[in-house]
Amino acid sequence: MPLITIDDQQIEIAAGSTVMDAARAAGIYIPHFCYHKKLSIAASCRMCLIEVEKAPKPLPACATPVTDGMVVRSYSAKAVEAQKGVMEFLLINHPLDCPICDQGGECQLQDIAVGYGGVASRYAEAKRVVKEKDLGPLVATDMTRCIHCSRCVRFGQEIAGIMELGMPGRGEHTEVMPFLEHHVSSELSGNVIDLCPVGALTSKPFRFSARSWEMARRKGISPHDGLGSNLALQVKDNRVMRVTPVDNEAINECWLADRDRFSYQALNSAERLTRPMVKDGGRWVEVDWPKAMAFAAGALKVIRDTHGASAIGFIASPHQTVEELYLFQKLARALGCENIDSRIDRVDFSGRRDGVEWLGMAVTDLNKLDRVLLVASTVRKEQPLIAQRLRQAVKKGAQVNVVHCADDDLLCSVANKLIARPSDLVNILAQVAKAVGADIDGLSDVVVSDAARAMAASLKSGEKKAVLLGAVAQQHPAASELHVLAQAIAKATGATLGFLVDSANAVGAGVVGCRPRQGGLNAAAMFVAPKKAYVILGAEPELDAADSAVAHQALAGAELVIALSPFKTAGADYAQVMLPVAAYAETAGSYVNMEGRLQSWCAAIPPQGEARTAWKVLRVLGNQFGLAGFDQDSAEQVLAEALPEGEATVRARLNNEIADVTVAHLNAAAGIERLGDTAVYQLDAYSRRAPALQVTVDGQVGHAAMACGALIARLGLSEDKPVKVRQSDAEVVFKLMRDDRLPDNVVRLAGGLAAAVQLGPRFGPISLEKM
Amino acid sequence: MSAPYTGPKVCLWTLDHANPASLETYVANGGYSALKKILAEKTPAAEIIEQVKISALRGRGGAGFPTGLKWSFMPRNYEGDKYIVCNSDEGEPGTFKDRDIIEFNPHQLIEGMVIAGYTLGAKAGYNYIHGEIFELYESWEKALEEARSAGYLGNNICGSGWAFDVHAHQGYGAYVCGEETALLESIEGKKGQPRFKPPFPASFGLYGKPTTINNTETLASIPWIMRNGGQAFLDLGKPNNGGTKIFSISGHVNKPGNYEIPMGTPFADLLVMAGGVRDGHTLKAVIPGGSSAPVLPAEIIMACTLDYDSIAKAGSMFGSGAVIVMDETVCMVKALERLSYFYYEESCGQCTPCREGTGWMYRVVHRIEHGEGRPEDLDLLMSVGNNIAGRTICALGEAAVGPVQSFIKHFRQEFEYHIEHKRCMVGA
Ligand SMILES: Cc1cc2nc3c(=O)[nH]c(=O)nc-3n(C[C@H](O)[C@H](O)[C@H](O)COP(=O)(O)O)c2cc1C
Ligand code: SF4
Ligand code: SF4
Ligand code: FES
Repeated sequence: MPLITIDDQQIEIAAGSTVMDAARAAGIYIPHFCYHKKLSIAASCRMCLIEVEKAPKPLPACATPVTDGMVVRSYSAKAVEAQKGVMEFLLINHPLDCPICDQGGECQLQDIAVGYGGVASRYAEAKRVVKEKDLGPLVATDMTRCIHCSRCVRFGQEIAGIMELGMPGRGEHTEVMPFLEHHVSSELSGNVIDLCPVGALTSKPFRFSARSWEMARRKGISPHDGLGSNLALQVKDNRVMRVTPVDNEAINECWLADRDRFSYQALNSAERLTRPMVKDGGRWVEVDWPKAMAFAAGALKVIRDTHGASAIGFIASPHQTVEELYLFQKLARALGCENIDSRIDRVDFSGRRDGVEWLGMAVTDLNKLDRVLLVASTVRKEQPLIAQRLRQAVKKGAQVNVVHCADDDLLCSVANKLIARPSDLVNILAQVAKAVGADIDGLSDVVVSDAARAMAASLKSGEKKAVLLGAVAQQHPAASELHVLAQAIAKATGATLGFLVDSANAVGAGVVGCRPRQGGLNAAAMFVAPKKAYVILGAEPELDAADSAVAHQALAGAELVIALSPFKTAGADYAQVMLPVAAYAETAGSYVNMEGRLQSWCAAIPPQGEARTAWKVLRVLGNQFGLAGFDQDSAEQVLAEALPEGEATVRARLNNEIADVTVAHLNAAAGIERLGDTAVYQLDAYSRRAPALQVTVDGQVGHAAMACGALIARLGLSEDKPVKVRQSDAEVVFKLMRDDRLPDNVVRLAGGLAAAVQLGPRFGPISLEKM
Repeated sequence: MSAPYTGPKVCLWTLDHANPASLETYVANGGYSALKKILAEKTPAAEIIEQVKISALRGRGGAGFPTGLKWSFMPRNYEGDKYIVCNSDEGEPGTFKDRDIIEFNPHQLIEGMVIAGYTLGAKAGYNYIHGEIFELYESWEKALEEARSAGYLGNNICGSGWAFDVHAHQGYGAYVCGEETALLESIEGKKGQPRFKPPFPASFGLYGKPTTINNTETLASIPWIMRNGGQAFLDLGKPNNGGTKIFSISGHVNKPGNYEIPMGTPFADLLVMAGGVRDGHTLKAVIPGGSSAPVLPAEIIMACTLDYDSIAKAGSMFGSGAVIVMDETVCMVKALERLSYFYYEESCGQCTPCREGTGWMYRVVHRIEHGEGRPEDLDLLMSVGNNIAGRTICALGEAAVGPVQSFIKHFRQEFEYHIEHKRCMVGA
C-alpha cells in the first residue's frame, strides 16, 4: 500500500486511491464542490487544487492518484493561492443573494467562501443571469446560482439510472436543464437537492418556509417501504418543515426516495384528526378523551358480551410502530380475540408458513449479487432505493431476470424477462422452475419457453444469487403458489429466497404477533365474513385491502368501528369513534426493516392538537377493560416487552419457508384483467396525503387506468380520454392512458385509490367501455 | 537566401502534379509502396517505431510531442480493441494546413493511418474532420472508397490477410473538440469536453480502449518516413526538428497561403516566400504558431528560425505552424479583444477557471477597447491569467491566457494609451 504524506501526516492507503480519498481517511478537509463520494470523478470545479512535491502545477486532489512517497500540501501558500483563485472565479458570476436563498446556512459555496473568498470582488463586469427551468413539483431552481459542478447530472446518469438533467451549451453559456418538454420524474429526483452544493436546486415544497439554522434536526425512520431509510426530520416550531437523509451505508446510503423526502407534508395535512370524535345520531361530535375512551371501551364491551370476542376484528396498518402493534395484538388477545392482522392487501393465505417473511439477507448483500430473479415486483416504485442497489449490482456484472405482469423499465439492462398477465404469472414462474429442474410437483403439463430456459441458464450460473418476491407476488390471488415456486427455484439454483417487504414495519408486525393464531381470522377473512365490530389502528382497509369493495362493505355494515388514526378521513363514514393518534414523527417508536434490523427513534415533534401516542391510547383501552399487563411507562418498556432480546428476538422469528401448497393455477384466465399493484404515492396514509407527490408524473399516472395501445385500439377507445372502468358490479370513470409495456388484456389500475374503492379486487376480470 | 524552397516536400508534393488528389497520381509516385513493403516483409512494429523516433517527427497538432515516443506508449500485448484517431479538427484560428492535405493528398494520410494502425495493433481508425469543411468530408469519404476498392483498406489489405478500416467522423465546428480527449468524447456521441488526464488515451481512449491520436500532418508524414527512412526525414529539417512543415501564413502579407518548407527555415525567408508584408507597410508583430501562441514583436520574430526550439526560446510556441502576420496598422487592443472573444466563446465550460476566467478577460479587454478601461485593468488581466493557466483540465485555459499576457507584455504602452486616452494610438 502506498504511503503518502499530506500536511505532514503520514497515511497508508490502498493503491488506486486518490489524494482526496487519502485526505478523507486522515480526516483532512480539502475544499471541494464537484467531488462526491458516490459519484464519478469530474475534476472540473478545481476547488480541491493542492500542491504536490515535484509537480510543476497544482493538482486536483479528487482526481490525482496516490503514489508511494508522494508529498502533498493542501494548505501551503501555493495550494491556498490556487484555491483562492478558483473561489474568486466561482463568485464572479454568482448572484451572492444569500439572504433570499434557501441554501443559506448550509451552502458549501458560502462555507468555503468564508475561508477562501475575498472581502471585495475584483470583478466589475455585468453578471450572468440564467433562466429558470421547470423541473416539476419537487425541485425548485435558481439557475443563476449554479456553479456547474455537474453533480446533479452525474446523479441522474449514475444513481437514478436516467439522465433527466443535462448540461447543454458551452463555456459561460453552459446550463443545467431537463430535456425539452420533460420534467424530472425519477422517483429519486429529490436527491439532487442535497447534492447541489449551492442554492440552484432546492426543495419546492419547502421553499422559503424556514432558514436552515432555525430548524432542529431529529432522527426518524421512513414510514413507507420496508427499507427503513434514515431521516433527519427538520423541525421548527413543532412542525416538520422538511426531511433530508441521514447517511447510513447499510440502508439508504446518502439517498432518499422522493416518497421518504416529501411525505412529511401529510403531517401538516388539513385532514389531520386533532380531537377525539364520537358519532352521535349519525353526526360527528368532538368529545374529550375520557369520554371518547369510555365510549369506545363501553361499546366494544357490549359487542363482546353479546356476540363473543370472535365477533371483533383487529386490523392494523403495517406502517405502525413495533410498540403500537405489540400492544394492539396484546389488547385483542387479552379480550379473547384472535382475529388480528396487518396484511391488509393480501388475499392468498394458503399453505403453512413458519415465520415472518423477510429479505432473507442483508440489504447491502443486494449490491453483491451475481444473479437475481425478480418475481412480480414493480421494483422502482415499490422499492426505489432497492432498485438503485440492483442497478449498481448490474453495473458490476450482475444479471437481473424479471418475471412480472408489466415490462417496466428498470433503468438497467435485464438479462431475461418473462412478462405475462397476472393470471398467467404462476404458469411463467412454473416454466422457470421446471427449466431449473426444481423439485416440485404438478409441473408435468408446463411447457417451458425459450425465455424460461435462458433465465434458468442465467440462474444456474454465478455465485451469489437471490430470488426476490415483490409486492405483486405477495398480493397475487395465487401468492402461495408463487411463493412455493420461488422457493423451489431458489433451492435448485442455490439462491437465497427473499421478500421485498413493501411496508415499513410489516416484519415488525409479524414478529410481535399481529397475525391470527389458532382459530383466528386473517384480514381478508375478516372482511369476507363481516364482523360485528372492528378496531382499526392506522389502517385504511377500504383503500388498501385486497378487495376494497368487500372491506368497505364490511366496515360500513359493522355495528361498531373504532378507528385510531392520525387522519380524519379514514373511517369518517363508517366509524363510530375516531381517536386521534400520533403520526410517525410524533411518537417514540421502532420499526423492523426487511432485513430484520430494529431501528428506534424518539418523537421529533409533539402530536398535533389533542392527538396522543397510539401505544398510550392502547394502554388506556386495556385499563378501561381492567386488563392486566397494560401499565407500561415508556415506549422503551413496551419494546422490551415486545422484543425481549431485541434484534435476536426478531431474527429467531424470521423464516421464508412455505409448505403444503399445490401449484394449480397454471392456466391463464380469458378476457381482460386488472393489475392492481400499489401506486408509488398510494402506499400508505402518509404518502397519499402529500400534495407535492400527488402532482408528480408518478402521482398522476397512479390515478389513471393504463392499457397497451393494442387493447385500446381493439376496444375502440382513445388514450388520454376518460373511460368507464367496470369491475364486479361497479363502474367508475378514469382517465385512460397508454402504456405499451403492459401485456395485452391487462388494465393497470392501482390499488389504494379512493376513486376505485367500489371496483373491488386488485386482480381479476375488468372491462373498459367508451363514455 | 530567399529563393523559394525547391527541395523535397513531405505532404503537399502532389500539388506539383495534375490531379493531385487522385489515387493514380499517388501510386505513380511511390504511394502505398511503404505499406506494401511493410505488409509483405511483416516489418516488426518496433522497427517502424524506431524509424519514427530517428526521424524526430514531432506532433504537428500543436504540442510538438515526439511521435515515435507517443507510439511507444501504446500497450503492445493488450487483449482487446485498440484504435488510432486522426485529428483533422483544425480549429485553431490561423491554421489551414490539414484541410489541404485532405484535399490534395488524401491517400498519403490514409497510408499513414494504415501504417499507424498496423504498427500499433489497432482495430480501426477514425478521422475526425472539422465541421465547417463539408466538401472535404465528402472527398475524404471518396478517397477511402477508392482505397478500399484498391485493397489498401478493408478486410485483406494488399492481400496480406490483415484487416483494418478507417472511418470518417464529422465534427461540428467546436474548437475544443480538437483537444484530443474532447474529440474522443465527441466520436463517442457525447458532449465534446476534455477528459481529465490521467488516464491518458494510450491506456483509456476511444470507448475506453487504448488509443493513439495524431494530427493529420503527423500521420501524413509517416509514409514518407517509411519510404525514405527516418534519417532522411531528420535531414530535411534540423536536429530534434525533423522534416518539412506546412506553414499557414495569414494576415498582412501579399501572398497568404500554405508553404511547406524545412523545419528551421528562418522566419524572414518564409515572409519573403509569402510576398512580404503588405505593400507600403511594415511588420509590427507575428503570432507564430496559431492564435494561442504568444505574440512576438517584429524584431524578435525576425531573428527566429521556424522550429520548436527557436520559437520557444523567443518566448512563444511553434504550435501548429500557423503564422499570423500583423503590420503597423493593427491596434493590439482590438486584436486582443477579438482573440479573447474567441476563447471566451470556445471554452467548453467544464472547469471553473476557464469557464469564468475567459469571460472575465474578454469583458475587461472589451471595456478597454471601448474606452472604458481603468488603470488597474492590466495588472488585473495578468493576475486573472495566472489564476487560469496551469489550473484547468485542458490546455484551452492556457491557450486563452497566452495572447492576453503576451500582448500586454510586449505592447503595454498601447494598452495604457487606450486606457488613458480612451482611444487608439494606432489611429486605424
Ligand atoms: C483546445 C485545443 C484544441 C486543439 N485543437 C487541435 C486541432 O485542431 N488539431 C490537432 O491536431 N490538435 C489539436 N490539439 C492538440 C491535440 O490535443 C493533440 O495534442 C494532438 O492532436 C496530438 O497530435 P500530434 O501529437 O500529432 O500533434 C488541440 C489542443 C487543445 C488543447
Ligand atoms: S445545479 Fe447544482 S448540482 Fe447541478 S451543476 Fe449546478 S451547482 Fe451543480
Ligand atoms: S480548460 Fe476550458 S476548454 Fe478545457 S476543459 Fe476546462 S473549461 Fe473546458
Ligand atoms: S473537487 Fe476536485 S476538481 Fe472539483
